[in-house]
Amino acid sequence: MITITDRQLVDFVYAEARLLDEQRYDDWLGLFSDDGHYWMPLTPGQRDPRLETSLLYEDKLLLRIRTERLRGRRTFSQQPPSRCHHLLQQPSVESADDAGGRYALRTAFHYVETRLDTQTLYAGWARHELQVLDGALRIQLKRVDLVNSDAAFGNINLFM
Amino acid sequence: MNRYRGRPAAVRALVRPTEVHKDLYIDLELFDLEMEHLFANAWVYVGHASQVPNPGDYFTTTVGTQPVVMVRHTDGTVRVLYNRCAHKGVKVAGQTCGNTGRFFRCPYHGWTYRTDGSLLAMPLKKGYDDTGFESCEASRGMAAVAAVQVYRDFVFCRSNPQGVGFAEFFGESLSTLDNMVDRSPEGRLEVAGGVLRYLHHCNWKMLVDNQTDTCHPMVAHESSAGTAVRVWQEAPPGTPKPMAVEIFAPFVSPYEFFENMGLRVWVNGHGHTGVADSLHANYSPVPGYWERMVAAYGEARAQRILGDVRHNTVYFPNLMIKGPIQTLRLFKPIAVDRTLVESWTFRLVGAPDLLLERTLMYNRLVNAPTSIVGHDDLEVYERAQAGLHARGRDWVHVGRLYDPTEVDRVNVTTNGTNELQMRNQLRAWLRYMTASMPEEALA
Repeated sequence: MITITDRQLVDFVYAEARLLDEQRYDDWLGLFSDDGHYWMPLTPGQRDPRLETSLLYEDKLLLRIRTERLRGRRTFSQQPPSRCHHLLQQPSVESADDAGGRYALRTAFHYVETRLDTQTLYAGWARHELQVLDGALRIQLKRVDLVNSDAAFGNINLFM
Repeated sequence: MNRYRGRPAAVRALVRPTEVHKDLYIDLELFDLEMEHLFANAWVYVGHASQVPNPGDYFTTTVGTQPVVMVRHTDGTVRVLYNRCAHKGVKVAGQTCGNTGRFFRCPYHGWTYRTDGSLLAMPLKKGYDDTGFESCEASRGMAAVAAVQVYRDFVFCRSNPQGVGFAEFFGESLSTLDNMVDRSPEGRLEVAGGVLRYLHHCNWKMLVDNQTDTCHPMVAHESSAGTAVRVWQEAPPGTPKPMAVEIFAPFVSPYEFFENMGLRVWVNGHGHTGVADSLHANYSPVPGYWERMVAAYGEARAQRILGDVRHNTVYFPNLMIKGPIQTLRLFKPIAVDRTLVESWTFRLVGAPDLLLERTLMYNRLVNAPTSIVGHDDLEVYERAQAGLHARGRDWVHVGRLYDPTEVDRVNVTTNGTNELQMRNQLRAWLRYMTASMPEEALA
């Protein structure tokens, strides 16, 4: 059994956000388990990603399509590209199952996305459900709950 | 000086057989006139009766830019009222939806209204005795929208008391709503899943034009659908095709596919893409669904219902329906350069959940503010909204496959890349913009 410290868990969340800010998407996708999902619910407290609408509910295939598209030559809405910035509150470890190698963290965040002269601020909470696989932490589920998830938005281009 | 108000001839000059003037998309005065005339003279979608199943249930929305509330009256009928207190003008129903019981109560001075809008009571009523209150507008309560029609649970209204009747306005186009409802083995739809709300900094008509624009997907959506197909092709052979790839892939079909799928236009600016074939024609069968449809309708009729795979049906002015994927998109005008797109989804009552799951996935992948398909559409709309301000070119071209004899022909089918439906919308735009405009006095 590998022991994972709280510090390692918290550092994982910080490092994940940094990969997104630096747009290192291949490394970021590598953090997900093969059956991992990225979920942005539409309504506060939403339980079901299947029979209730979400903003995003993507498996690794869809995430890969999304990241490959961002660097595509004909991705007109990313010419010029968007940039993003995560400001995270210190993540708290919500649950730890050392025997099963499963952990959950909650992180309050402010996220800024910019393109051209427009800068948009989003705020919410991220939940990371992590699992130890082959000795390394991997994301089983990253759930992003915006404080105003049911508001009308313009384009949200990148990842929170 | 007004350029268009009180000048129907100037408005008529904006639409030529194959061109439309840029002012339709950028002129503030025309936008105001659209709200006053076009959105009052046409039948506009309000909501779905399944959103208000019980007496007192209400749903607040807008018709054009006017606030309305759709409510189930105590007698069981659906009413549409202007959401405005007769007293000081406060929006009486404040939430998107809820149950108000037997009456609405204004949060400002406590005036109350029955769910048909009539004034029920107000505090200190004696203070209005002998003031001529009975002859004031306020005594008549919350105004009801002039004409309301519920068609297979879809609620439409016409806010001008005079004008075209419901059946005449829609003609044969109601067949798309029929087909979507018939896809339920019980012949009933329910709003389900939740609504996606996507804010666009562009004129509402750009979105309506786009619904039957079949020459853009292979260009604008190469980045999303094209990437999806390419990434999928790298999967090991024999891997089952995921639902998401089934949804994305048809967007990058070749021009021939879109030419052959066909386009049909009806009266009054209604029309649809996908007559013979469609982007929604080749989804995997859903286990158990066919059997339930056959049990409900018999094999021949079930075949006819499910074989009708219309792509996008535009109900002029600002509604689009996708029958085979049970989606409704409403293009709500906010300002000349601002539009709220609402994408609603339906459960086919009595059908397997997997159909709703696919509908919701489609909506998320294609219609959400997080959609990689929507991102590139919005980019071109916003670039057009900016580009149209350029001087030196004043017209937008809509002349692809134009035929001078088309004007008098309705209920016709043509090449899927014909811009006939856009021209059909523009002719309807002129008709309902000018229908209630007084003619200019001759100088």
